[in-house]
Amino acid sequence: MSDAHNNDDHGGELVPNEPIPDPGLPEHTWRPTDVDPAKERRAELQVVAFFGLSAVSTILFAVAYFTLDIGDNWHVVGGFGASTMALGGTLGLALLFIGIGIIHWARKLMGDVEISELRHPARSSDEDREGTLQALAAGLEESGIGRRPLIRNSLIGAVGLLGVPTVVMLRDLGPLPVDKLYHTIWGDGTAEHPMRIVRDGIWTPILASDLEIGDLVNCQPDALHNPERYDIDPAEVEGIALQVHKSKASLILLRMSPGDIKPGKDAKGESRENWTHEGIVAYSKICTHVGCPISLNERTTHHLLCPCHQSTFDLSDSGKVVFGPAGRPLPQLPITVDSEGYLVAQSDFDEPVGPSFWERDYYER
Amino acid sequence: MSVDVSKVASTNGSTPATPQGPKAAGAIANWADERLGLGTAMKKNLRKVFPDHWSFMLGEIALWSFVVLLLTGTFLTLWFDPSMTEVYYNGSYDPLRGVHMSSAMASTLDISFDVRGGLLVRQMHHWAAAIFVASMMIHLMRVYFTGAFRKPRELNWVIGCLLLLLGTIEGFTGYSLPDDLLSGTGVRAADGFMKASPVVGTYMSFFIFGGEFPGDSIIPRFYMAHILLLPALILALIAAHMLLLVYHKHTQWPGPGRTEENVVGYPMLPVYMAKAGGFFFIVFGVIALMGGLFSINAVWKYGPYDPSKVTAGSQPDWYMGWPDGLLRIIPAWETHIWGITLSWNVMLPILVAPPLFLMILIALPFLEAWITGDKREHHLLQRPRDVPTRTAIMVALMTFYGLSWAAGGNDIIAIKMHLSINQITYFMRAAVFIGPVIAFIIARRWCISLQRHSDEKLLHGFESGVLVRSPEGAYAEKHLPLPESQAYAITARDRDPVPETDEEIDAMGLPARQTRIRKIRAKLARLFFADNVQKPTAAELHDAQHHAEHELHELDSQIEAGPNRHGPTEGH
Repeated sequence: MSDAHNNDDHGGELVPNEPIPDPGLPEHTWRPTDVDPAKERRAELQVVAFFGLSAVSTILFAVAYFTLDIGDNWHVVGGFGASTMALGGTLGLALLFIGIGIIHWARKLMGDVEISELRHPARSSDEDREGTLQALAAGLEESGIGRRPLIRNSLIGAVGLLGVPTVVMLRDLGPLPVDKLYHTIWGDGTAEHPMRIVRDGIWTPILASDLEIGDLVNCQPDALHNPERYDIDPAEVEGIALQVHKSKASLILLRMSPGDIKPGKDAKGESRENWTHEGIVAYSKICTHVGCPISLNERTTHHLLCPCHQSTFDLSDSGKVVFGPAGRPLPQLPITVDSEGYLVAQSDFDEPVGPSFWERDYYER
Repeated sequence: MSVDVSKVASTNGSTPATPQGPKAAGAIANWADERLGLGTAMKKNLRKVFPDHWSFMLGEIALWSFVVLLLTGTFLTLWFDPSMTEVYYNGSYDPLRGVHMSSAMASTLDISFDVRGGLLVRQMHHWAAAIFVASMMIHLMRVYFTGAFRKPRELNWVIGCLLLLLGTIEGFTGYSLPDDLLSGTGVRAADGFMKASPVVGTYMSFFIFGGEFPGDSIIPRFYMAHILLLPALILALIAAHMLLLVYHKHTQWPGPGRTEENVVGYPMLPVYMAKAGGFFFIVFGVIALMGGLFSINAVWKYGPYDPSKVTAGSQPDWYMGWPDGLLRIIPAWETHIWGITLSWNVMLPILVAPPLFLMILIALPFLEAWITGDKREHHLLQRPRDVPTRTAIMVALMTFYGLSWAAGGNDIIAIKMHLSINQITYFMRAAVFIGPVIAFIIARRWCISLQRHSDEKLLHGFESGVLVRSPEGAYAEKHLPLPESQAYAITARDRDPVPETDEEIDAMGLPARQTRIRKIRAKLARLFFADNVQKPTAAELHDAQHHAEHELHELDSQIEAGPNRHGPTEGH
């Protein structure tokens, strides 16, 4: 048995049987720069050179800032704007050279003798703890908080009640949801002018006969571009309001052969066979998982894939989920054609579009 | 170049000469000390010892990249307009000129194309954010693998975990600010997450967005959180993190002269200050080079946000990837009952998994201390192999994280590797559960093998690479004893405690409940330490060394006597 010991086992007890005694800190070895003045001088010059290179880079940075154009006349170097690349390169080098210089200085020239410092336990000493407890007891005693529960409790009550303004004042962060999630602008067509379905971006109405089997069209309600036709105030479809409408009303039209369509049931349990027009189906473009716009069409299967989390919906079968995390089918928009032969919405969706939320109901298709 | 004044006369012959330089500095120091009492505080800390090891630098990367974030972020606020008011873009980027977009997006484009150095700083800010979160995570793993989280540092571990959470939220609010198509898609998903919350979901969404999605409030509100609320919290927690680091003093690796009672290293002034300060410039410089040379978040390519559009391959910043992956592989679970909807397909991956993961991380030090019953202070680090179960727990967590993260790129994997996205998804659903278990077992056994290897080297010496052929034609390799410092470092670790047996616990006569808990704990402790290799005792080492010396001697004499001697023998 060796009589070496390790004093970190079980709270500082001396445990014999340690295989190797601590040899203690190794002796300091001198570096070449400590003993050879020529090498020391060379290291000093190296450090100065690094700082010098940094200064040169900084000057080049200033030169690049004032000479390289940006805006309409920016030059491209290797795919990058010349100004960004030159500024980044020179600034990066200016900083790096300072860093390298300082560390070189520390490693070669500053003293490299390791020193040892004693640790102290994190806890306070027993006397300090005792003193603190006494001070605390004295303070509490003088305040009388223990003897006067009425004061204490009324204070706790009053301060606690201050939580009310804190919460109440947040009320005006936003309006209540009421039924906003249940309606889209598709329901705002009139008897005279049912809501036309128009191509997203170019806003032209769509003749059913213009679509071939397999065609997929991204659509919006005509009212977003042409509000007067539907007696809607133009201010309601501008700016943020437009974004709000689009985030619910975006639509996908797909024409397939009418025999491929399996009409499901609507919210009342009635068949959806009249919701399509000559094989043209209309579904919400907003994924029922977390609300990404769905965009990837698999032509042969009528499957539509969400690019965010890959939920896949079968547009020939009531928009049911065939793969992925979405929990319910895409809402279908009942469509028909107006007197001029343009595709229009029969009514609004019969359920909220977009991601699920707590209050919403569900029905089997 | 300053002039050396120490040899310049400052006397007319009647007053003694005094050097001028130090006197001015001394006067300032005196002025300050008489008001601030800095002398006492600095006396203790100027020569404070910091131990040196490359792995202690990882947290520094996080610290310095945060400083870079503050500097570059301040620059960006000078031009960024956090408003969702619609404008026509009329700046220098031709393809978007005349396009409707929010002021936030337009001012982001202005910073990128009409402010000199603006794109550089934007890209530096984004790179620094990616590096900030990454370095925090790697630092966390270092701290865990080496046991640096043990008493008295558990609270600093908790602070670090909170910093990781805040850094992640800070990143999300930051990359949402430009209001481009990609970030808008992320914000829309965040709206979906809020709406999926039970009972209050829609109210939360309407309150936070100031109305129906997208509303006109979310960018200004994110901006406030991003530049004021979250940085202030992060800064405060960093300050607490550093203060505790100074108070506890840094951990160190065991080695000759390095014990639980001391800390050995370079003093803060000058060496550590120079190294840390120099490293700040290096981190800053690397981020500047990245900002100048590598494009990141080219918002002009995505265009402004439009709720009807999305780009294929939409992905969040890397640190958001793992919940996004869970969101992709979760089955389509929704419960519809009594006219309400419970969206498990959103709640589990987003509202449950990340907070749960964070809580597991926070609990790790306390769980380990409870299982092992270890109440001592620890300042010496442990090698990952010496606590195999701990190492394996982190490896299992990392595997879960990595697989979830990979699932967040399932579309990219499918395209690049010509695989079916459905099959990748089905595979990942199983892999995120089975993978960590397999990783745990492999890591644990691997650690134990490495422990054996260390012991082997200690007892029989290291392989010298010198092969010796005996007269009979047999080959043997010469093993040489480890240098004493290395041998000591290997043995400078605790022996694992022996967990209580059930009989011992029964014999204590504790109340039934305590007995039950104590037995569970003892069982976990047995599992925790099972199969670990303990370091040899002095007697074992002595015997083994004796044996090894004997073998070495025999080999040496064979070499001496051998007819076919190749090369010199090692003298020692």
